[in-house]
Amino acid sequence: MRSKRFAARARRELALEPLVSPLPELGLVAANGPNDPEPELALDGERVVRMDGRDAEEFDVIDRFVVAHGLDLGIAEEAMALEDVEIARRLVDIDVPRAELVRLSRGLTPAKLARVVGLLEPVELMLALAKLRARRAPANQAHVTNLAESPALLAADAAEAARRGFAEMETTVGVARYAPLNALALLIGSQAGRPGVMTQCAVEEKRNLELAIRGLVTYAETLSVYGTEPVFVDGDDTPWSKAFLGAAYASRGVKVRFTSGTGSEALMGHAQGYSMLYLEARCLAVVRAAGSQGVQNGSISVVALVLSLPGGVRAILGENVLAAWLDLEVASGNDAIASHSEIRKTAKLMGQFLPGTDFVTSGYSVMPRRDNTFGGGNYDADDLDEWLTIQRDWQVDAGIEPVAEDEILRVRERAARAAQAVFAELGLPPISDEEVAAATTGYDSNDMPPRDRAADVEAADELLARGVSGLDVALALDRRGFADVAAAVLGMQRQRVAADYLQTAAVIDEHGLVRSAVNDPNDYAGPGTGYRLDGARWELLQSLPQVVAPDALVDEEDAAEPLVRERGEAGVGDDPSEVVVAVGPAFGKTLRRTIAGLDHGEVLHAVCEGIREGGAVPRLVRIRRVADVAFIGHDGARLSGSGVAVGVQSKGTAVIHRADLEPLDNLELFGMAPLYTLESYRAMGRNAAGYALGRRVGPVPTELDNFARAKLIVRTTLLHARETKAVVAEAPPVELELPASVASAQ
Amino acid sequence: MSFDPNRDYPLGAQRPELVTTPSGVPLSELTLAAAREGRIDGAEMRATPRTLRLQAEVARAAGRPQLAENLERAAELASVPDDLLLEVYTALRPGRATVVELERWATRLEELGATATAAFVREAAAAYEERGLVRAQ
Repeated sequence: MRSKRFAARARRELALEPLVSPLPELGLVAANGPNDPEPELALDGERVVRMDGRDAEEFDVIDRFVVAHGLDLGIAEEAMALEDVEIARRLVDIDVPRAELVRLSRGLTPAKLARVVGLLEPVELMLALAKLRARRAPANQAHVTNLAESPALLAADAAEAARRGFAEMETTVGVARYAPLNALALLIGSQAGRPGVMTQCAVEEKRNLELAIRGLVTYAETLSVYGTEPVFVDGDDTPWSKAFLGAAYASRGVKVRFTSGTGSEALMGHAQGYSMLYLEARCLAVVRAAGSQGVQNGSISVVALVLSLPGGVRAILGENVLAAWLDLEVASGNDAIASHSEIRKTAKLMGQFLPGTDFVTSGYSVMPRRDNTFGGGNYDADDLDEWLTIQRDWQVDAGIEPVAEDEILRVRERAARAAQAVFAELGLPPISDEEVAAATTGYDSNDMPPRDRAADVEAADELLARGVSGLDVALALDRRGFADVAAAVLGMQRQRVAADYLQTAAVIDEHGLVRSAVNDPNDYAGPGTGYRLDGARWELLQSLPQVVAPDALVDEEDAAEPLVRERGEAGVGDDPSEVVVAVGPAFGKTLRRTIAGLDHGEVLHAVCEGIREGGAVPRLVRIRRVADVAFIGHDGARLSGSGVAVGVQSKGTAVIHRADLEPLDNLELFGMAPLYTLESYRAMGRNAAGYALGRRVGPVPTELDNFARAKLIVRTTLLHARETKAVVAEAPPVELELPASVASAQ
Repeated sequence: MSFDPNRDYPLGAQRPELVTTPSGVPLSELTLAAAREGRIDGAEMRATPRTLRLQAEVARAAGRPQLAENLERAAELASVPDDLLLEVYTALRPGRATVVELERWATRLEELGATATAAFVREAAAAYEERGLVRAQ
């Protein structure tokens, strides 16, 4: 037998993703693995003789590096003696300051770090992350790439990303030789969008250093580390080579963040039977020991493997917490596609989104996914409104600002024009006006006119050979009249001289002021402290372009001729074939249409027509004392000669009621006002007549739209508010008459 | 110049007079006007060893000893030529250099005043030898 419901679920996109049970031998276990070593640290004087299950002679390069540079033996004895759960409690105790936790972390071995974080529940992890984040205010990083490697489009996308508040942006290349041109386009675009945004071009280290030396990029996060020796060596590095490279970058004024993440060791075949979280603790111990200011972690490109395992999402949040605990800047993944399922993907995101990290994503794709050459695009241009709305929902700053369309068009065009000017000044293959126009308004690189790519690649080589620098770019902009962009590009060169952005978690604001964990440290210590989204920033993040004032959703009705005429107080009828049609206080007066847009006069006409078709006689009254449909209907029924009435609220909700029923009971209720047509109201009238005359009546067929509320609940509220406003307390009902123009249609 | 690492960060905003280019042009003179007149050069727009040492002091004062050591290595490497940097990096990659070659690089760095980095390379050589990560001959 097969269940059609199981079959339907098997067709959902989630079913494309395998879920597997743990297999610790292959490292396929998220956290708390059965083979993870017992935390331990044995000292012989100032020498570590045993750590986490290994004697000193067995230490691999990772152990050796951590012991040499990553452990404070003056703290180790105190810290290692604490119970795991005691440290875990301190992580979430708002009365234990961040600085104390960072101090303790300096004396803990990787196994101990992993064990402690493995004890925290998801909400505890989030609290710990909010407390341990290095910088006070969260930020975000953008991916800016396109398949055509179009410089105008790169510049326009960089400008949009900068204007939307991304503090860093990263590009890469499809063809390696493009690197100088892509870095150049990103530099121009970013500074045209917002001065101070930092940029990088993820390419091979030598080329990367060259771009940095020229002042075309300001940061790098390509330095990957791994948690086992064989994988580290397969990656063609050691902790020492990576640490050296980190210092080399810093010597050239490049902000460096290492990269690590759960699951990479299992993927590369040498997890040595350990859990992903334990191996990540080893990575992070190396990152801190190497003197990196920060790390890009959170599984990154291996995220889908970690998500195949039980507790995978939790382990990824755990590794972010670990990195923050080690006092590292955290760019918390969410860049590679985590899931086909929008639900699952976003549920995962909340772990970083809600507490806030130094960079909530390590690459939000500012362009549509197909142009993301990182293989990223977990969240992309098409998802922007959702991201902004979720920030607004939670009153959380996840680093992206809403910007109106005309302003985005303005900055995109200006950036593309600036790139066009620099290309012309530097003798690079020209950017045409058509390219500028397409980069300004286009959807993706399919909309770009073709370029001579061979000429671009040659020009890129030549650009480096000529030694064109960031200063030359500023001068080119200056000569072509882009004074503000020139000043911003020069500003980035000045930042390289001052090197303030080499400190932990540094970003640069629009005035050129560096904000890092040194001068803007996270001071979260519970409610009322730390970064809180309020004031002007909250005003900004809630003012999405599509937000309207609530009263704009309901048309103002002119006070001209009323649709119905009131004829004095309504009495109780004595005709047993009479059906009262009772309408709400605002009906045909301050409101003229139902939520479905039906004219109130035509609605009344249809109900009356239905009643007559059913063989009964309609009588119109207005209930003035209440706005609730049940009472409108019941009051009407008590006036009706047959005891049956149709109650109609101004927004179109209706009920068939009978005098002997309780007010909140009814014969039929019609709560789906957005779906009703005039024919629906006619059917209500017919049924009411049937009840009045004692016939057998089948209920009016009703449709159901479970999304109607989501779409219309705000309008419903506003319409009902108008109805409520028209209520006159204790006022008796009045007789109504349709004006001749409507009545004549009968 | 007294320098208080707890108060004088960011250098560019708090103590711009301490910041110069390698040839001694102060931060305040790094303007578009100066660039137009050819008074500054693109290759000059970088941190000096002294600036990097001040940043190391800031990091140490903020309780980040490893970052401080990294910035001290960076200060040493600031005056090391680009090619040499990349050669030392390559030598430090697994299986690239013999112990003797690594010692030679350490000596070369020492000659350039990069003593902390030289010690770092020697420490690597010792670890590599025990873990079989040096080139055989």
